[in-house]
Amino acid sequence: MSDTANQTTRSLALHLGLIAVLFALGFLLPAYHQGNLARILVLATYAIGYNVLFGYTGLLSLGHAMFFGAGMYGLGLAMQHGGVPALPALFVGILAAAALSAVVAVLALRTLGVAFMIVTLMFAQTGFLTVLYFGTWTRGDEGFVIQQGVRQIAGFDLSDPTTRYMAALLLFSAALLATARMMQVRFGSVLIAIRENEERTRMLGYNVFRHKFLAVLISGTISGAAGAAYGLLFGYVGATFTSVQYSIFPLLWVLLGGAGTTIGPFIGTFFTFYLIDYASDLTNAYMLVVGLVLVLLVLFARAGIMGEIRRRWVRWLP
Amino acid sequence: MEFGPYLLLASLEGAVGASVLALTALGLSLVFGVMRVVNVAHGEFYMLGAVIAWFVASTLGGHSAVGFLGALIIAPLLVGGVAMVADRLVLQRVAYDPEATIVATIGILYIIQQAALMSYGPEARPVEPPFNSRIAIPWFEFGENGFELYYPWGLSTTSYKLFVIGAAIALLLGIWALLARSKLGLLMRATQLDRETALAFGIPVERVYSLVFGFGAALAALAAVLIVPIQQAHYLMGGDPLLLSFIVVILGGLGSMRGTIVAALLIGMSDGIISVFFSPTLAKILATLLVALVLVFRPQGLFGKKAL
Amino acid sequence: MVMPTTRRTLLKSAAAGGLVASLPLTSRFAQAQSSAPIKIGFQQHSTGIGAAYGRWYGRTTEAAVKLINEAGGINGRPVEIITEDDGTDPKRGAEVVEKFANQHECDVAFGTLFSHVVIGSAPAAGELKIPYFVVSEGHHVASGALNRYTMQPGITDVKSQVQAMAPFVSDNLGKKVTMIFPDFAFGHDHRDYFTAAMEAQGGEVLEHIAIPPTETSFTKYFPKIPRETEVIYHVMVGPAVLTFVKEMGEFFGPSRPEIFGFIDSLEAVDMASPGLEFLEGTYFWEGNPRYAQADQSEFDKAYREAVGVDANGASVSDSKDVSTYAHMFGCWETLYIIKAGMEAADYQGPADRQKLIEAVEAMTDMPESAEHPQGPKLFNGKTHQVFGLQYISKVEEGRLVKVHTASIEDTLYPDEVDYTTMSF
Repeated sequence: MSDTANQTTRSLALHLGLIAVLFALGFLLPAYHQGNLARILVLATYAIGYNVLFGYTGLLSLGHAMFFGAGMYGLGLAMQHGGVPALPALFVGILAAAALSAVVAVLALRTLGVAFMIVTLMFAQTGFLTVLYFGTWTRGDEGFVIQQGVRQIAGFDLSDPTTRYMAALLLFSAALLATARMMQVRFGSVLIAIRENEERTRMLGYNVFRHKFLAVLISGTISGAAGAAYGLLFGYVGATFTSVQYSIFPLLWVLLGGAGTTIGPFIGTFFTFYLIDYASDLTNAYMLVVGLVLVLLVLFARAGIMGEIRRRWVRWLP
Repeated sequence: MEFGPYLLLASLEGAVGASVLALTALGLSLVFGVMRVVNVAHGEFYMLGAVIAWFVASTLGGHSAVGFLGALIIAPLLVGGVAMVADRLVLQRVAYDPEATIVATIGILYIIQQAALMSYGPEARPVEPPFNSRIAIPWFEFGENGFELYYPWGLSTTSYKLFVIGAAIALLLGIWALLARSKLGLLMRATQLDRETALAFGIPVERVYSLVFGFGAALAALAAVLIVPIQQAHYLMGGDPLLLSFIVVILGGLGSMRGTIVAALLIGMSDGIISVFFSPTLAKILATLLVALVLVFRPQGLFGKKAL
Repeated sequence: MVMPTTRRTLLKSAAAGGLVASLPLTSRFAQAQSSAPIKIGFQQHSTGIGAAYGRWYGRTTEAAVKLINEAGGINGRPVEIITEDDGTDPKRGAEVVEKFANQHECDVAFGTLFSHVVIGSAPAAGELKIPYFVVSEGHHVASGALNRYTMQPGITDVKSQVQAMAPFVSDNLGKKVTMIFPDFAFGHDHRDYFTAAMEAQGGEVLEHIAIPPTETSFTKYFPKIPRETEVIYHVMVGPAVLTFVKEMGEFFGPSRPEIFGFIDSLEAVDMASPGLEFLEGTYFWEGNPRYAQADQSEFDKAYREAVGVDANGASVSDSKDVSTYAHMFGCWETLYIIKAGMEAADYQGPADRQKLIEAVEAMTDMPESAEHPQGPKLFNGKTHQVFGLQYISKVEEGRLVKVHTASIEDTLYPDEVDYTTMSF
């Protein structure tokens, strides 16, 4: 029992420590890296959402861009066409993503493994085409700008670099602490049990479908919150964010950082962002680096950075 | 255009699309059937086939038929070779774990695509067809003078498009014979049915896997060589065939050759005809959604028997 | 000769050839208070769907900067181009603008073509208060959707281009039109503005045929063209353009209606490509005539030579490498406007960015000149959009021959925004 308590304290310390360092960096970093880290924090939130389903529950989705997009368009369309202020629009975005994930969960969870991957891919493709089809409102591939003037919550100007950074950190911290806590209670253990052996979990008397449904719902909602925040903080809503590539990115981030670890999603997003940033100085074909990293990860470090660290050195790592 | 000629034209166009799609999707389906893995880089093998066709055609020069024939032989061989190397270097080492293979082939997808961008460049480049003449098609009507033949506006095809259809049928028959009659086909089917027993009987399963992976990629490349005189080679052209092949393979039932070909016909033909009634973008939305729902409610596909 | 596009190409004075380069550096940049280079961030589509355009935008930019530096730079300071690839992706585009402003400490950002990248990047430019000169021909700037820091002074927008075509089409080609366009925002702009302009001319659009993005075969859409169509209006973009035009030719065979297209359908494509023979006698909008015309101005001649384009619009070193001639002049002209704006504002550094914007907003007439080889222009400071001549060419013996020039008046429309009333 004391071991578990010890574990809980250690991981809480780790998470609060990370948040404290990030908070300090918000004031210390030069403008360019402050801006990058703000983006990374929002995208890492997306990765945290993805990790709930892939890392903990063992369900590999190739369509998470639809949840990210639902959040982004929920917020964007409400602000652009409904004249809704930023804070309620954020909730519209999150609700839209939650509703979509509930529907997708009910349908897609009838399948397993490869079929689940392809079904989510197809649903996401439908979402992408739908955005294009309703171009009258969405402006299709071109997308639209959310004007600087309306990007405010309670008097805070979210287009101001430091305010934006802190808003991104707030979102990231909430997602990190909430999912870390979730994995410490019984619900999280059942998700991991499903990942390890679905049949046995069912025989132990757990309602597997209900847990998987909630996992998709939580995962999709967090991803949607990230999408809504991305639109709000950076002022642009566009169809590329719902394309296949944006479904593959969170997979890459989580794999690189370490699936099924709490801070792996952040680490993976961070490394990928700077890898692309630096690689694009060296070659035009910077997506080549993404491809190579994916292959190398699968071959040599299936557990990702944090996963390997946990396996080799720090056993208690959450 | 009136409905009758319109339908004929849409069907002819659909048949060209279906021919190429059947070859491409068959490659994906074989790989899945035998190896039980989904190759997400399949579309890039298709792209690679088209790009190599351009290199071959522009290097050989001379009459356009020389370049085309050269490409028809060289592109599938090279692409098959690349795929076999990828199989040895990557897939074999992850022991064909289904999920690891998907992630690895996504990686391979980007590597091939970006390598093409670096060597071939961002342009769309045409390959000249060996022959190409417009063939107007007559239509009939019962007018005042009774039965009459006339040439409606726009009702036509080209000799090259007819050749693509013929070539695809010949190739599909050849592949069917290969699978049904040859020793390789037997080995493949044995491996497909039961990997463990095949191993026990001394079948070199790993080599069969490599061959099948290479063969599947070569089929995609072959399809691309056929289509590249109609379309152009471009480094981003792999996305659409991949998605369509997925759709076909799923509808047809993963790993079933007959199902794959029937589904390719269905998808290829309906693509033209659906857009008669709906906005084309809406048609694409409905088709994609339909495939997802088929997988949800009938995971064995419309024709297949095997569970996924 | 034009240098190949490289990353972060440094086009400093030392690299410039010719007579001027042989003068000592100090005398050429003597009058400057600071001899540090003026840094222009060039957002280039090196990869992604816009890569073919990006390459030629890069070559044009290098050629213009080389000349500017040979002539003494801007305010006596050399110009340095800092290139970053945006992947033709709006997210990366915004990151690149941030990189220009905060990392490379560029004075201005410039260069983007594809509308979604412009729209995705503009918020970053507005927040970081870095002037952002786009070369996109989208209507996004003049529609008021962007901000005070985003301007399009070097290329006309799609709304003005499209509406200027309607009088020619209805007077010379026919009143009943069928439009074929890609089913996304760029195509919808064509659909909306041309349909309205055609109705104002007493014509009508019988049918709108929207082609889904990523489509690779087109014949199946052509039967939707109504039989009584007199004119086909087509505009396509992306890698499948050649297939589109070829299949249209095969569809009609010998009995085609009049065909009018935007050169976007064949930008960077060789007119001599197999299958394009049927285009003989059809018409194209051209932002700038690809083939050197009989009445070619000395300015176009000099511009062509500087960029390395031959009389057929292809690269002087590879006749198969066809340029994006109808669009890329925008980079050249924009760079000269940045130069003129910086000189008018006596620009010294980022603190003078607002003065630079105001100086450009104050511009109006831009006569045809070495700086404006495409033709005279009229800049509207309120809408941040330039207006200029539009050309219509006819395909004759496989060459595009200019047959009509639409006046600037034909391209004007009422203002939709006044950016000058917005705060900085």
